[in-house]
Amino acid sequence: MNKNYFKIIRAGINTTFQDQGRRSLHHIGIPSSGAMDNRNYLLANKLVGNRLDLPVIEFAYLGPLLKYFGDKINIVITGDVNFTIKTNNDELKGNCYETYNLEMGNELNITSTNKSVYGYLAFSGEFDLRYQWSSCSINTKARIGSNDGKKLQDNQELILSKISQNLNNKKLNYINTKIEKIRIIKGTNFDYFSEKGKKDLFEKEFTISKLTDRMGMRIEGQKIENIADTNIKSEGLIKGTIQVPADGNPIIMLSDHGTIGGYPKIAVVISADYDKLVQLTPGSKIKFKEVELSSAETLFKLYELETQNLISQI
Amino acid sequence: MIKNISNLGDAALYCDFGKEVNKETNTQVINYFKSIQKKNIDGVNNLTPSYNKLIVSFDLKKTNFKDLKKLIESLKINNEQNTKNKKIEIPVCCEENFSLDIKRLEEKLKISNEKIFENFFNKEFFCYMTGFIAGMPFLGDLDKNMRVERLETPRVKVPKGSIGITEQFANIYTFESPGGWNIIGNTPLNIFDNSKEIDPNLINPGDTIIFKRITKKQYQNFNE
Repeated sequence: MNKNYFKIIRAGINTTFQDQGRRSLHHIGIPSSGAMDNRNYLLANKLVGNRLDLPVIEFAYLGPLLKYFGDKINIVITGDVNFTIKTNNDELKGNCYETYNLEMGNELNITSTNKSVYGYLAFSGEFDLRYQWSSCSINTKARIGSNDGKKLQDNQELILSKISQNLNNKKLNYINTKIEKIRIIKGTNFDYFSEKGKKDLFEKEFTISKLTDRMGMRIEGQKIENIADTNIKSEGLIKGTIQVPADGNPIIMLSDHGTIGGYPKIAVVISADYDKLVQLTPGSKIKFKEVELSSAETLFKLYELETQNLISQI
Repeated sequence: MIKNISNLGDAALYCDFGKEVNKETNTQVINYFKSIQKKNIDGVNNLTPSYNKLIVSFDLKKTNFKDLKKLIESLKINNEQNTKNKKIEIPVCCEENFSLDIKRLEEKLKISNEKIFENFFNKEFFCYMTGFIAGMPFLGDLDKNMRVERLETPRVKVPKGSIGITEQFANIYTFESPGGWNIIGNTPLNIFDNSKEIDPNLINPGDTIIFKRITKKQYQNFNE
């Protein structure tokens, strides 16, 4: 039997399979999930010559240490990540957006993300994974997706069901920039907040809290003053929505968010800034900037164009 | 009818059906939800119906707020009620270790626990929506003398199967999750089946629910 697999020596902090996520399920309470940083997810697949919608390994902060067994494959890491590849007689420091050959017995050690949260690992081929609602994305809270809906664990074996014969090495010159001003559109409950509260939102500096995961990002700073009601009748949420509960500290909904929420929505982060938002590490300082809907649409077109340009350079 | 459509961010429509939370308004929301769902509109990602709102999120690469708003406003909305709505009985055990907030409910409502159970069981509840966590139903309405606020400090972990109440609503925790509702009992019935891709939810919007009280012994024997 020609078995190609990775053995997980160390799984890392929050290592999961992610792809484009799921759709048309919010009404039964299942969030979209999917790769947090969509651009880096797409670039990872493209660099190893995969279909762009294949699942990849997403890791946060400390990534996995993997030992490879099988025929030669190409791998790539995207994001801003420190990693090494250990062969029989050598250990080299890897660069993101550059493909490397991996052979029998080689070890890939993803030691840390650098001033960012998420990184992506793709290889030339496909993992043997279960699709649930057309997606392999793991949602650990609802136990949905591949790997029985659980994070990857130490000592697990990840079976490769298909490996590509095409091992051309690719490289892309790309540097992730850090965002300082998050652009937002006023939310549907913007007027629940006092004039001072609204002013604080746009003028004060906020800090990303440690209580941040794939479901949501809590931020701290000036408490936003509510003058109407700290609860609303529960209603649907979308990713990027900024809710302000009674304590005045905003929470930004991220890809695994609950589908319904009962706190006032002060604003929503524009689609063009989402990939960069999720990469902000706890302790980072941010400010918000208001934009109109039409500008948000244009900014997204530009962002999307930039992504497509990067993909076409590969 | 939709009273107003505004934008929620740059990739969602926020359809407002009015301030009132009642069965009539919610039935309209569900009609819109089912009609739009059937149209399978290219670019629509998710439809999230709630008591009196419907959120339509979309792929900004394929459509935009203005175009989709026009399309939704011009849709012919069918009367979808009674199509597949079910009547479901939910067995609930109210033993001490399940009825986590019964003391708080007695204090807040100023009625005895037996009276609380009498007001709660064997009555018809309407399912307004499902969500927050997978499969969680939002049911209403509770008797006027049964309405309490959420816990001041939400629990970090509410056990799977817990039945919660707050304001005029009841819900069921389909799996262990954080939550702030007052827990009155626990059901041994599986409400969300994550191994099923089709109809993983036992309870869907528009369904009628009746809670039936069971003993500890019946609870223990339920899954045997």
